[in-house]
Amino acid sequence: MSPLTVLLGRELALTWGRGGGPLPALAFYAGVTTLLPFAIGPEPARLAAIAPGFAWLALALASLLSLERLFERDFEDGTLDLLALGPAPLEAICAIKCLAQWLTTGLPLALAAPIAAIALGAPVGLAPLVFVCALAGGLAFAFVGGLGAALALGSRRGGLLIAIIVLPLFAPPVIFGGGALGQYAAGLPWTAGLALLAGWTAGAVALAPLAMAAACRNALD
Amino acid sequence: MISRVVVETLSIRRGDRLLFDGLDFGVSAGEAVVLTGRNGAGKTSLLRAVAGLLRPVAGRVTFEGVDAEAAAGSLHLLGHLDGLKGGRTAWEELRFAALWCGGSDDSARAAAATLDLGRLLDLEVRKLSAGQRRRLALARLLAAPRPLWLLDEPLAPLDSVWRARLGDMMAAHIAGGGMILAAVHDPLPVPTRAVEVGA
Repeated sequence: MSPLTVLLGRELALTWGRGGGPLPALAFYAGVTTLLPFAIGPEPARLAAIAPGFAWLALALASLLSLERLFERDFEDGTLDLLALGPAPLEAICAIKCLAQWLTTGLPLALAAPIAAIALGAPVGLAPLVFVCALAGGLAFAFVGGLGAALALGSRRGGLLIAIIVLPLFAPPVIFGGGALGQYAAGLPWTAGLALLAGWTAGAVALAPLAMAAACRNALD
Repeated sequence: MISRVVVETLSIRRGDRLLFDGLDFGVSAGEAVVLTGRNGAGKTSLLRAVAGLLRPVAGRVTFEGVDAEAAAGSLHLLGHLDGLKGGRTAWEELRFAALWCGGSDDSARAAAATLDLGRLLDLEVRKLSAGQRRRLALARLLAAPRPLWLLDEPLAPLDSVWRARLGDMMAAHIAGGGMILAAVHDPLPVPTRAVEVGA
């Protein structure tokens, strides 16, 4: 078994063990989805119009929830030292941690997103696209979020700092995904938005680990 | 295999305070060196610098006999923070450390036997006493064989029986050509050479 496989297994077990894995993010997601009709009124036509965009935005915000603990605990308890002295570069370690974050939070949220959109009145035909956007976007949110978490290491009020760092970087994927969903609902060509979203995700997966590793090295120093 | 670790004109700064300046010493295969000095003299920082985790402001640490990239893979760092997760069992944590650092299930089991952890392996780490927890951290040194041990106050939470047994462990490591660099306040139970930090 390769060391990185072993690390992924441990990360998954730890994410699942601390605070119930995907449950807090899913509960938050279900909560805001339920509150939306109370806030803007229960008229089906109005809800249906904003359902896909809202489901998408709420997913971006729900991905922020458990980021604070992604690196902070390992930094505080010395685990990051142990990992840094292992066989893999910090870049790969950071990527594995983000992947585990996506598998335990992003993937369940991607499954919940089409349900939320349909529950708010979006056409059922839109569900596959919502799922695909949530899947690809969730991966970008995990890696960009990991970057924020690594940069906030060692600071007080890390959670606030993470949100401030990460939210501007969430804007492009939110725009691309929202654009694809809006175009599809209006019967217009929608593939460009999805392609841009996938491109942003690929860029985040490729580049964020380099920045995360640099931030971790700084924190350990 | 590392034949010698050389620390040359090393200076370490923490914040705006220079901890020490121009420190020179070496550790050869089969030797144990202890770092002495007052609290805050920079012993822990020096160990982290040797491990490559902390960047010195001047000077360097060289590992003779291995590539610079392989240096991290030839040392263990045992500090105050042991990186053990309270919610995982002792066995899960020991096995992970073994596999991560190049050992195997078998070497992890052998290490657990040497540190007499048998009954404790199924317990969650948070249920271990400070001494038991330190024994679990020490088991990692044996679970994946690496030539250089960097130890920060290794004796602290151990009782007299386990201090003696840690002495046996260290003596065996040195006899096998290993190296030990330890920050201590109490003398180690093996023959050592002392380096004063921040004098």
